[in-house]
Amino acid sequence: MSDVGDDVSQVPLLSVRDLGVVFPGGEDGDVPAVRGVAYDLAPGEVLGIVGESGSGKSVSSLAVMGLLPRNARVTGSVRLRGVELLGRPDGELARIRGNDIAMVFQDPLSALTPVYTVGDQIAETIRIHQRLAAGPATQRAVELLDSVGIPNAAQRAKAFPHEFSGGMRQRVMIAMAIANDPDVLIADEPTTALDVTIQAQVLELLETARQLTNAATVMITHDLGVVAGIADRVLVMYAGKAVEQGPVGPVYAAPRMPYTIGLLGSVPRLDRPGQTLTPISGSPPNVSRLEPGCPFASRCPVVLPVCREVEPELTPTAVGSAACHRADEIVDGSIDGVPVFPPPVLAQARGLVARTERPAVLEVREVTKRFDITRGAVMRRKVGSVSAVDGVSFDIREGEALGLVGESGSGKTTTIMEVLSLQAPAEGSIVVHGKDVAGLGRRERKELRRDIQVVFQDPLSSLDPRLPVGDIIDEPLRSFDVPRAERAARVGELLRLVGLAPEHANRYPADFSGGQRQRIGIARALALEPKLLVLDEPVSALDVSIQAGVLNLLEDLKVRLGLAYLFVAHDLSVVRHIADRVAVMYLGRLVEVGDADDIFERPTHPYTQALLSAVPIPDPVAERQRERILVRGDLPDPANLPSGCRFRSRCPLFVELEPGQQQRCAEEDPALVEHVPGLASACHFARERTVVPG
Amino acid sequence: MSAPADPLVVADDAAVSDHPGQKAPSAVVVRGRRSLVLRRFRRRRGAMVALGVLVLMFVGAFLGPVIYQAITGWTYSTQDYTAFLQPPSPDHWFGTTQIGQDVFAQTMRGLQKSLIIGLLVALISTGLAAVVGACAGYFGGWVDRALMWGVDLLLVIPSFLVVAIISPAFQSAGWLVLVFLIAIFAWMITARIVRGMTLSLKEREFVLAARYSGVSSAGIIFRHLIPNMSSLLIIDATIAVATAIIAETGLSYFGFGVQPPDVSLGNLIASGTRSAFTFPWLFLFAGGLLVATTLAVSVIGDALRDALDPASSRAGGTK
Amino acid sequence: MGRFLLKRLANYVVLVVVATTLAYIVASLALNPRSTYEGRNPPPPAAVVEQQLTAYGVNDKDPLLGRYADWIGGVVLHGDFGQTVRGQDINDQLGSRALVSLRLLVLGSIIGAVVGVLAGVVSAIKKYKVTDRAITAYSFFFIATPVFFTAVLLKFGALSVNDAVGSTVLYYTGYETPNLQAGFWGHVADQVGHLILPTLSIALGQIAYFSRYQRNAMLDVMNSDFLRTAEAKGLTRRKALYKHGLRTALIPMATLLAYSFGTLAVGATFTEKIFGWHGMGEWLVDSITSQDINVVATVTLFTAVFILISGFLADVIYAVLDPRVRV
Repeated sequence: MSDVGDDVSQVPLLSVRDLGVVFPGGEDGDVPAVRGVAYDLAPGEVLGIVGESGSGKSVSSLAVMGLLPRNARVTGSVRLRGVELLGRPDGELARIRGNDIAMVFQDPLSALTPVYTVGDQIAETIRIHQRLAAGPATQRAVELLDSVGIPNAAQRAKAFPHEFSGGMRQRVMIAMAIANDPDVLIADEPTTALDVTIQAQVLELLETARQLTNAATVMITHDLGVVAGIADRVLVMYAGKAVEQGPVGPVYAAPRMPYTIGLLGSVPRLDRPGQTLTPISGSPPNVSRLEPGCPFASRCPVVLPVCREVEPELTPTAVGSAACHRADEIVDGSIDGVPVFPPPVLAQARGLVARTERPAVLEVREVTKRFDITRGAVMRRKVGSVSAVDGVSFDIREGEALGLVGESGSGKTTTIMEVLSLQAPAEGSIVVHGKDVAGLGRRERKELRRDIQVVFQDPLSSLDPRLPVGDIIDEPLRSFDVPRAERAARVGELLRLVGLAPEHANRYPADFSGGQRQRIGIARALALEPKLLVLDEPVSALDVSIQAGVLNLLEDLKVRLGLAYLFVAHDLSVVRHIADRVAVMYLGRLVEVGDADDIFERPTHPYTQALLSAVPIPDPVAERQRERILVRGDLPDPANLPSGCRFRSRCPLFVELEPGQQQRCAEEDPALVEHVPGLASACHFARERTVVPG
Repeated sequence: MSAPADPLVVADDAAVSDHPGQKAPSAVVVRGRRSLVLRRFRRRRGAMVALGVLVLMFVGAFLGPVIYQAITGWTYSTQDYTAFLQPPSPDHWFGTTQIGQDVFAQTMRGLQKSLIIGLLVALISTGLAAVVGACAGYFGGWVDRALMWGVDLLLVIPSFLVVAIISPAFQSAGWLVLVFLIAIFAWMITARIVRGMTLSLKEREFVLAARYSGVSSAGIIFRHLIPNMSSLLIIDATIAVATAIIAETGLSYFGFGVQPPDVSLGNLIASGTRSAFTFPWLFLFAGGLLVATTLAVSVIGDALRDALDPASSRAGGTK
Repeated sequence: MGRFLLKRLANYVVLVVVATTLAYIVASLALNPRSTYEGRNPPPPAAVVEQQLTAYGVNDKDPLLGRYADWIGGVVLHGDFGQTVRGQDINDQLGSRALVSLRLLVLGSIIGAVVGVLAGVVSAIKKYKVTDRAITAYSFFFIATPVFFTAVLLKFGALSVNDAVGSTVLYYTGYETPNLQAGFWGHVADQVGHLILPTLSIALGQIAYFSRYQRNAMLDVMNSDFLRTAEAKGLTRRKALYKHGLRTALIPMATLLAYSFGTLAVGATFTEKIFGWHGMGEWLVDSITSQDINVVATVTLFTAVFILISGFLADVIYAVLDPRVRV
């Protein structure tokens, strides 16, 4: 101990060694959630911990905080400035938590106590660790709220957590975390629940907070782009273990562990539209039933016999360390010039006739959907309405994919629900395959359902857990009275089409992994041979390594079956990868529509530009050189929209305009017009700007 | 937090690998899930004991009288004019009443009746709750408002009173009317819970998917919604058995339930209470069996909840 | 919030009216007040019987709706609940009986709720320890045991206590000793002695219910994210549990409170009957046996109002506890 104490500068601020966590008594025996994690942190340093769900990344940091359930067995060592934390009583740890080490959690709604005001909750944090009277503590809480960018802080401090938006709640969480000027800040997926624009704001705030407090930061995330942007070093976790570690730049440039290579290859990138994704087959192992050897062996394309016998230790490489028997052979993602993950062969697009020559499968004209706002307790009465969708028009031609993008609350979901209901909209018209839905009878409407089918976001919730997969895929066929014998054959065919086996028909959704379930969802949607598939965030619930396989499948099917897609997504990288055309939505309106290449390479609307610039790119070099265009604040209340241009209140361009120009924005609602050929945008001052490095 | 996820899900997730070719016969996997539930249930020693007790009750109630008659010759309706108010003896295991009826034979007969009533009421009320709750939740709008208003109303009406008034009027129709009456007042809270679950289930995408592939409302309710609430319904039906038995015995205790000459545990206890201090066997056996039965049922219900639904700890004795 | 409560109140009032109406109609259709006069010796003349029945408003030959309108009109306009089938004024008994019942119900439910919540919290915090197991066993037993069985067991217990002490400490008949000459404190002691057993018979079951619910609500909260946040801020586990956990876990109890009064009112019927308290519950049972329509309707009204008030109270408590409904 003494020789360490002599030279304080040599002691890392936080030192984690050989950390292990076991949850006893799972159904398959003990669950070793973390099996050896080690890292050091210096003041001001940012460590990114990356991993898929179940990799143990969150558990490892909860272990550092001493926040695991009491029955968890934690082994190894966690030292803060050389002082061991593990095994100390709760009372002593409590003095460290929130004072020396603070934490920001993923879901800020459930992470804040619903029954106390946010001001009280922050003041409480302060008063636990500092001798401060209630008055000054509340005052300090207001200051903190102000410093994290909560407008009107003194008044908002008296509000309850449910009265804040997601982004604002996360700001409150951060204010709470930095209240006592901590030395270490652990952020556990702090932006996962947020929109990209809000994510960009929160990441910026975390960076500011880090600079203010000079706290060492541990950033836990599944998003390789986020780590590329803010971390100094990265630690990749798989099945409870660190499998690769090192400085961000070199690790991203030349990963040595096949898992890391696979992860980087499976993420669609905004700056590489044409790149074929390389999915990692299979899914992560069940940690309580680990087989001997490398846990990645069953999914690794370059597996050797030794990998199935001996689990590789994390050993130093040229730049960091990697846990792979073949780490030394891997150069530039390849072994002897052969890529570790060879890109799969997908069906190539046939020479399609020009867009204008192809018939439209879906035409949406000036569709508006309003929701009433009601007031009154005894007698309910209408006091007004908000337009969730306001005069939206677009069309989709045969064989093309339209990506509909926007933040939550932009009206994308309402739009597709209007389309899927096949009912006449309150205003405007919807024409499917040349038939206006307004004039349809009951039977014709049902018949039209054959042409338009849907794949939902969450593969777990989109399949009835109580029905075998065969029955699930069979359901649309049954409701259209397809003869039984034909149906059975068709189910097998569909399963094969999406990369599963006909034998799978007897099994239940729970028996499949997330990616497989999404394939089943796609098979069901294809059962009636539709012309148009509505894809509602089809990959956003999947881990990156699995998402790539589904995206490849969608790309392949589109070409092979000549399908048209209406693809709704908040992840612009995914849209970039799959869409031919893109429509950007903001507060119920389309603000920019055009070919995907145009929109991504030279967007003209400031909202599109901000949206694109907020998407992190998993490339540390490119990511750090990008210019950020931040939108300000939150989505305005749809019942109380700004006059003139709706985007005005958040527009990054607006603040740069001359007062005369600003007045135009405030008075005149911009129409969607072509400012540059092929690109329609709803901005008075639309101008091209490149925000994605090419 | 990703750590202590539901082991059921973790296990299921790993049950299949991504390689379609790999063998894992379906039946085995499906049984895997059931056996998991069974294993969870079995781990509760209390539940296993309760299950044993309940099985014993059933055997006693239905086979007991037959065997007893073979051994001693007494049935619930015969009288022994040589033994009035006798304490338990080898000849009359639970003793005799003032008029020489055999307490054992009567108690078993009462237990039989109480068990049947309990089971029937549970079946009817849970079924009613499932259908009403699912319809209210699925259709929404005025259907929902009307049904839920009915639920509120039935909750406010003192059910005990209504059953007590009506049931003697149907004396001649027998105990089936009683079953029906108890069931009518026993489903409302479950229906509310079912409605709440339906509200969240109907937003689940598999329901939307069914709707967009042309499945009718009835199809969705009976094929998707209700089956997906089966664990809740099983648990609730179990608890409803206990509640119904208590309700029946309560009514019979006041003479509003099962009518003489038929016997139920309730009227046995009622007639035993008057002389409970001096002739405890008249009271204690019926009361003891009643408590043992309802206790066993509740313990089983609780264990079922833990086994079927480990994620939610939705509240103990729901009603 | 005011609007929310107002809406609930309106809803409750409508429910009370409908419930009372239904009870009156059901009672009128099912009960047969005429039987009171049958089997009398000498048999009263038919005309007299008809006249009497009409006077009490229970003659099945008069139109039902008219009779109902008369009765409810009397209740609403003059606070007159009519007469019993034997011609006594219902209002004369109503006050004393209501007091007797309320004493039992209010005391029983307060003790039940408070002790139950405490037991539930302890049980959750000591999950799977001996304390938890004991409380769980207790609540299972009393949830499974009907009040009439508990009450008789309590009588047994009281008997042995009295035997052991050598004098009557615990009374199990009535709510006071008639014609007692013992001064003020003597009266108090006497009343308390009478109160203990009936209150216990109600409270034991209530404690069982509440503790079970509170335990589960508390366990839910113990796994919640915000409790983890509270600990991450630097509160110890224990402090976080009491300050953030318990406060939030109390919210669902408000709803339970509303529902429990219904079962409580029925439970009180058994208690009153067994311990010889002349309360509303006993009245109800007796009135059914004596075919007394007006009394049945009156007691229903009383019970419904009781449930209404408690339901409304639960709504208020809910709104106070949970800022999310205060809109």
